[in-house]
Amino acid sequence: MTVIPLGVPRRLLEFTLDGEEARVPEGSTILDACRAAGKDIPTLCQGDTLTPRNACRVCVVEVEGARTLVPACSRRAEPGMEVRTDTERARHSRKVVLELLASSVDLSTTPQAAAWIKEYEAKPDRFGPDAARLNEEPRIDNDLYVRDYGKCVLCYKCVDACGDQWQNTFAISVTGRGFDARIAVEHDGPLTDSACVYCGNCVEVCPTGALSFKSEFDMRAAGTWDEAAQTRTTTVCAYCGVGCNLTLHVQDNEIVKVTSPHDNPVTHGNLCIKGRFGYQHVQNRD
Amino acid sequence: MDLHFGDSEPTDEERAAVDALLGPPQSSWEGAARDETHAADLRWARGGRAARDRRDLLLPGLHALNDRVGWISGGALDYLCRRLTVPPAEAYGVATFYAMFSVRPRPATVLHVCTDLACAASGAAELCAGVEARLGPGSGVSVQRGPCLGLCERAPAALAIRAGDPVRTAVAAPATVGAAVLAGSAPDSADEEPPAVTAVPQAGQDGLVLLGRVGVVDPTSLDDYRAHGGYTALRRAFELGPAGVVREVTDSGLVGRGGAAFPTGRKWQATASQPDRPHYLVCNADESEPGTFKDRVLMEGDPFALVEAMTIAAYATGAHRGYLYLRGEYPRALRRMEHAIAQARARGLLGDDVLGQGYAFDIEIRRGAGAYVCGEETALFNSIEGHRGEPRSKPPFPVEKGLFGKPTVANNVETLVNVLPILTLGAPAYAAIGTGRSTGPKLFCVSGAVDRPGVYELPFGVTLGDLLALAGVRERLRAVLLGGAAGGFVRPDERDIPLTFEGTREAGTTLGSGVVMAFDDTVPLPRLLLRIAAFFRDESCGQCVPCRVGTVRQEEALLRIAERTGAAAADDIALLREVGRALRDASICGLGQTAWNAVESAIDRLGAYA
Repeated sequence: MTVIPLGVPRRLLEFTLDGEEARVPEGSTILDACRAAGKDIPTLCQGDTLTPRNACRVCVVEVEGARTLVPACSRRAEPGMEVRTDTERARHSRKVVLELLASSVDLSTTPQAAAWIKEYEAKPDRFGPDAARLNEEPRIDNDLYVRDYGKCVLCYKCVDACGDQWQNTFAISVTGRGFDARIAVEHDGPLTDSACVYCGNCVEVCPTGALSFKSEFDMRAAGTWDEAAQTRTTTVCAYCGVGCNLTLHVQDNEIVKVTSPHDNPVTHGNLCIKGRFGYQHVQNRD
Repeated sequence: MDLHFGDSEPTDEERAAVDALLGPPQSSWEGAARDETHAADLRWARGGRAARDRRDLLLPGLHALNDRVGWISGGALDYLCRRLTVPPAEAYGVATFYAMFSVRPRPATVLHVCTDLACAASGAAELCAGVEARLGPGSGVSVQRGPCLGLCERAPAALAIRAGDPVRTAVAAPATVGAAVLAGSAPDSADEEPPAVTAVPQAGQDGLVLLGRVGVVDPTSLDDYRAHGGYTALRRAFELGPAGVVREVTDSGLVGRGGAAFPTGRKWQATASQPDRPHYLVCNADESEPGTFKDRVLMEGDPFALVEAMTIAAYATGAHRGYLYLRGEYPRALRRMEHAIAQARARGLLGDDVLGQGYAFDIEIRRGAGAYVCGEETALFNSIEGHRGEPRSKPPFPVEKGLFGKPTVANNVETLVNVLPILTLGAPAYAAIGTGRSTGPKLFCVSGAVDRPGVYELPFGVTLGDLLALAGVRERLRAVLLGGAAGGFVRPDERDIPLTFEGTREAGTTLGSGVVMAFDDTVPLPRLLLRIAAFFRDESCGQCVPCRVGTVRQEEALLRIAERTGAAAADDIALLREVGRALRDASICGLGQTAWNAVESAIDRLGAYA
């Protein structure tokens, strides 16, 4: 028999979302309510397995009475609140944030970025050809994953996944300040000199492809990466008794990437180095 | 937590600097030499809460290293991390956050030359060039151009910091090339700074409420302070009881002087009524708004007043521990406050039993390390806690979850010092000063094109013109900046603006922290705006996108139109407006939200680029 934990019953609270009554469980964020109501709001630093830092500001919405816009991903719904998600003011900020990001960061592997830029009619080019960009070279210092910080939007998700929200390894941190802020290990050295345990949980949560499997990075460079041609098979990791679910991404009969379902109660999307990167034996046919 | 350390070892000096702060290591796990290993080492561990409770020593530890050696090496950082059980990556993130620290080797002496607004208008660029030419390469002094040093009344200013044991500092202001070079190359033989009272043109005048003791009392003498009315307010506080003090402060109408103008009584009440314990008091003395130096003058000229005011605030809000977060660029204020706190402690005015009333309170000083954003209260909490000084999102507000996640009352120096006259005069008499909605006296920091720059104490409600006349404003006034870089420009003909929170708001500008900076037509406005934009670009913490990238785009656009006007600048001004609007609406904290204010006001009010 499967026992489904019900948890403490949560009261429903009512507030107004775009002029309509919304009822959500206490503790829900405005974003939760929007998604429940079928509204789409762009998000980057929000992730289903992490507490967001609300740093990217693409999900801002207007709350009646608030001086500034508020991040939908972090602001909890309050009874009687009046929230508007699609005002000119909110859309303007989202548009400018997308322009600021797209003009400084390589968003070519950020899912949905192109669609959002189109939807909000963002024009990243208008800052001119001399607009400062991150201009970071991909860092390839190990065989398992690549850090391409030219694609980093500084969402803090990798730092949180490596740190106290999941892995407790604390191998990386945001360093420097302002536009020069970057994710780095201590003394900005190579990963191999750091505390990294290669669990790849940072890769799992990266929203822009700044962190990617070496296999994916190489295939993209060679022009052979083709997500449409990939199958995904979820199975159980065979290494130990924990029973983590693995989703094997297979292209041309080769495993090219391993993820884990975020709703899996064992992993919440997290794996260890063996489950994440230890798949070569499967395809080692010698 | 399984920490990973590299192979680099600290030098003896680095080890000594950390040990002087934390005591000798207790185990080889903490970095003691292996041959000292005792059997006890096998059972030694410090983790969990025991480790987390020491995390806040990270910033003092970084200061200890930087003070002694002048920079923070890999070995030194690793050793500090071992001692505090902090992951080296996080400590590296913290060390690289602050402008006063370096993780690359540099000369032991750093000469900070202010190139901010008031100093730029007084020839900071020529000063820098002159100093660099005179020092030449290999001088052992690194010249660093930087933001406002809070010495605007004596612009241009330079601050030399020479690492060693002890660290030496020297201030040259107003700085000539010779004086700045002397301060950098021989800080010990540089001229003594003039006393704080030279920054108070009204000194000696009757009726000064906040500045009355500056220049009158010996700032190093507790007896002198008491002979001039010191500690009568605290006695009165003990008579009133905590709730009575909060009531008096609420009735006085006191609002925060840092810029946000939040009612102090309401903040205290909200903190006092929180059931969660302990409560903390934080005094924000991280005065970094360009053009602001009032808190420095108060701390240098009347340090015991702040000690007394912090004691009262803590008593009223149920706090037993207070943190004074003091700007890293204020060496003399630091010395004065350290001395005053030690004196007060020795005389039973701080400690387990303040004034024999059975109330325990003590103050700890924490030094900032060069980050304007740490003046934002939640960034300041993160900084004290040993994290990067990045603002937190609100809610929750500090009165509920502040320092160390506990209810915290955070007030600026000037706000706290106002509590003394509230208690000695009584709330009604205090509220009678100023206007109905902005009560009490206010300190204004006047600098730039005036004959008598300095801190002025005036009741709320005087006009801008009155203040400028008092300070001896010069001919050919072109613009006045109210509130500093985060404030706004007004025209020289807007002298009727009443200097109150509501009056400036109605006039479409801001009082901010009380900065009044006058500019004549010798300084091109676009150059001032570029300096302001560069300031925000430098000081953005980088956490949120609008501020991190928006401040860069703002500076780029201003650079493009620096020499343009009219139609040639129109496209970029439209761009600035759009980016500015997103900065104001979507940034996490006040830094990003105000980063476009001054530029906007220059375009709209002064007709810049028209």
